[in-house]
Amino acid sequence: MGMRKVAIVGAGITKFVRRAQETGKELSWQASKMALDSCGLSLDDVDMVTLGTAPDAFDGVHMKGEYLADGAGAHRKPYMRHYVGGGTGVFSPIHGWFHVASGMADICLVVAEEKMSSCHPHPQGAFLTIFDHTTEQPLKPTLIWIFALEMNRYMQTYGISKADIARVSVKNKGNALDHPSAQVAEKITVEDVLASETLCWPVNRLDISPASDGAAAVVLASERVARRLTDKPVWIDGVGFAIDTAYWATRDLAYPRYVETAARMAYDMAGIKEPAKEIHVAEPYDPFDYKELHHMEGLMLCPRGEAARLTAEGYTARDGNLPICPSGGALGVGNPIAATGLMKVIEIFLQLRGEAGKRQVPGKPTCGLAQAWGDLMQMGTVIVLRSH
Amino acid sequence: MVKRVGIVGIGTTGFRPITPDVSYREMIFEAARKAYTDAGIEPSEIGGFITAAEDFLEGYSIADEYCPDQIGAVLKPTQTIPGDFIQALATGYMMIMTGAFKTVAIEAHSKASNVKNIDELMGFAFDPVYNRPLRETPHAIAGLEMTRYMFETCTSAEQCAKVVVKNKANAMRNPYAAFGAEISERDVMNSEAISLPLHRLDIAPHADGAVVAVLADGETALALTDMPIWIEGLGWCTDTPTLEMRDWGEAAYARIAAEMAYKMAGIANPAGMIDFAEICDEYSYKELQHMEALKLARPGEAAHLLESGATSFAGDIPINVSGGALGVGHLFEASGAHKILELVEQLRGEAGARQIPDVNIGLAQVWRGVPTATGAVAILSNM
Amino acid sequence: MDLDTCELGGTPLKSSDFEKCKVLTTEWKPNLGYAWDNGVAIGRYLAELKEGRIIARVCHECHRIMLPPRMFCELCFRPTDEWAYVEDTGVVNTFSIARVNWDASRRGPKEPPLMPAVIEIDGATKGMGIMHMLGEVDPDDVTIGMKVRAVWKKPEDRTGAITDILYFKPIRAAAPKKAAAGRKR
Repeated sequence: MGMRKVAIVGAGITKFVRRAQETGKELSWQASKMALDSCGLSLDDVDMVTLGTAPDAFDGVHMKGEYLADGAGAHRKPYMRHYVGGGTGVFSPIHGWFHVASGMADICLVVAEEKMSSCHPHPQGAFLTIFDHTTEQPLKPTLIWIFALEMNRYMQTYGISKADIARVSVKNKGNALDHPSAQVAEKITVEDVLASETLCWPVNRLDISPASDGAAAVVLASERVARRLTDKPVWIDGVGFAIDTAYWATRDLAYPRYVETAARMAYDMAGIKEPAKEIHVAEPYDPFDYKELHHMEGLMLCPRGEAARLTAEGYTARDGNLPICPSGGALGVGNPIAATGLMKVIEIFLQLRGEAGKRQVPGKPTCGLAQAWGDLMQMGTVIVLRSH
Repeated sequence: MVKRVGIVGIGTTGFRPITPDVSYREMIFEAARKAYTDAGIEPSEIGGFITAAEDFLEGYSIADEYCPDQIGAVLKPTQTIPGDFIQALATGYMMIMTGAFKTVAIEAHSKASNVKNIDELMGFAFDPVYNRPLRETPHAIAGLEMTRYMFETCTSAEQCAKVVVKNKANAMRNPYAAFGAEISERDVMNSEAISLPLHRLDIAPHADGAVVAVLADGETALALTDMPIWIEGLGWCTDTPTLEMRDWGEAAYARIAAEMAYKMAGIANPAGMIDFAEICDEYSYKELQHMEALKLARPGEAAHLLESGATSFAGDIPINVSGGALGVGHLFEASGAHKILELVEQLRGEAGARQIPDVNIGLAQVWRGVPTATGAVAILSNM
Repeated sequence: MDLDTCELGGTPLKSSDFEKCKVLTTEWKPNLGYAWDNGVAIGRYLAELKEGRIIARVCHECHRIMLPPRMFCELCFRPTDEWAYVEDTGVVNTFSIARVNWDASRRGPKEPPLMPAVIEIDGATKGMGIMHMLGEVDPDDVTIGMKVRAVWKKPEDRTGAITDILYFKPIRAAAPKKAAAGRKR
């Protein structure tokens, strides 16, 4: 296609915790430094920096991209913040890809950070303000409502039960036991999920990922530079992103068409014709357990309405035909929104290099995908990575 | 391989102190519809969309949720850059240079009139541990900087006041401007003391309005219009956010961003090659400080150039012929949008009463305001 | 690089760390107020709600009758053409039974659960839903596809807001159904 090739050459991540002692700047620094160290670079080697972080309301700082700049390594460098709600973490390397594939930079540092714990009385409260200020906020909605509404529609449309969906939470929290950053890894059963507190039917407490603090970072390099830095570059072969209308109540919530639109864009670029066969391992966003299924279908990794059945059959386990969320996902590792998406990108990066330790999926995967979702059931961001 | 990126369409609502008749959606739709008609392209044909917006200025979280409908971006690749329009423009430029996008639309707007306590909002950007507890007006940071700049360059407050006089007078010729006026230096010095040496009239009042621009790769640009306005140079830079680490006299972020843009544009002698400029004058002294950082004046020389008339409408290097922020209104993330609009109209010969004759290369520069040390530069040409 | 061999940042804190003052904290309560211009479309929408009516806008190109009303069609990217009143009845597209409030606090044992829903309004294009609440119905009796009608505030209590509609209630009294086994709402 004639486009400049770009690779991920290094990565860094902090633990994901409910409440970190570190400030947002310090978390960003920890992840960035680890990423630079992992490929033997110093800050002087970095041409440009881009930071992804979700609502300013969490950290409690207006223009929080400016506040976090020094922690992200942006001192006197070309620096920007990018933001697409929950889709940010997977959009982060895409925004970084623009920097390098355009020829404007050879080395771009990509950072994602979230400090949700600053928001009191509870980070949930910040989500009131994502709803339309005039036509929706007076009803005092919470984010869980919109997920519950979507989950119910999805269940009803395809005849899926809560037990079917709960399997995702069991799988991911179990997978997360092998992830060193994990906040809420544990061995649970479907019964545990169904017995956990009903928050907004059909959503129970164990269906949801927690609020978290955390940061992650990756280093992107142009081909020439990448080959000097590592013998295992992971290539960004496809990027895709799409946003649907803000009038979310006018859309069919049973299917995330915006994820399909984003996926098609990424698959086209990567030359993927049959995603279910050509993608070896995938990290779709799983802030709620049913979302993993919803997104699998939007990514066209299985037919609509089939994701739950395949999960029950073990298709998506680490040793299954198409491992989904081998990291443990948001449900198991934690959900510091922007950092979660980048954590998933890092998981694919490690899987393709054979460096995922106990989480490594068998079969030497060479093509993987990470996806995130955001906003009012609106935003899809997809990245396709390959090692070749 | 993409070699150049040009602006092929631009649209605006103009800028007013308040806009109570329209919602932000309706305001942005007007600018977008005009831009797409100007470009001769429908949004369904446009490859990508970018909005420059900050949550707290909008008053809701996740600003990009509410952007697609009014810019025609439903189910299209869309992102928010919480930064100035020129940073969003830089992202659009990079997107096209990757070869994966032929066209990108950029949007920014201000509805600052809807924020009830804008000073408190500006203060909310300050470091919560070290700076906010002091409960100073955010303008105090600019006051500190102004004092240091005046000291290092032997510039007086009266000379800074002349920036206000020039720019508000320029704005009288600009139908888009909200705050054109014929005032004197004395009016500025007599206006209410805000954070000395800053007086009320030294500070650009905020305005509402929206701008949308359409970028295209070279081949597409030439197919769409006879006069694409080319992006010759871009630069953006963030200096330390920590106030306690600042060099208060120099606008280093502007110097470094300009160096990057000049290098890209192949400009070795800015003062000689830049025909006109729209630079940030959110506070009166900033125009002078930025002139020096951009190397359009030597250190300490900016005030003299201003007084000599070199930066007036008829001068050698007209600066802020639109009226700048002082005359047009401060537009927050849309600051760069207005400056790019001015550059495009001047370079196309569409600037009406404020048209500068025979211009080929223009420079736009923005600063993101207190407490940031972030700025961006764009250099455009019609050649 | 194996994450297992790296020293990861992030130091978890417990509530007791704060209680025992092991950690210093600083607090700030922002005082940010907004007065959003409703503009033409929403301005009219709210004014009509005050009169006990729901109004939509029509695009003559795609023929959609759109709710909430908007002065431009986001798909045809042109101004919309006319106003059209729609019914105050509709069909439940989806719903939830909420036991938490917006700030994650739990609803008290005597407080009834909230029932948010997406309601497709009759008279608008199929699928045009708005978010609102359900009321006067037992949580176990709510179904997707249920027909509902708006219950309005008394005219003198209306202010021109979405809350001028108190909630939507089933059009026919819900016959008591046996809740499906295990379906605890």
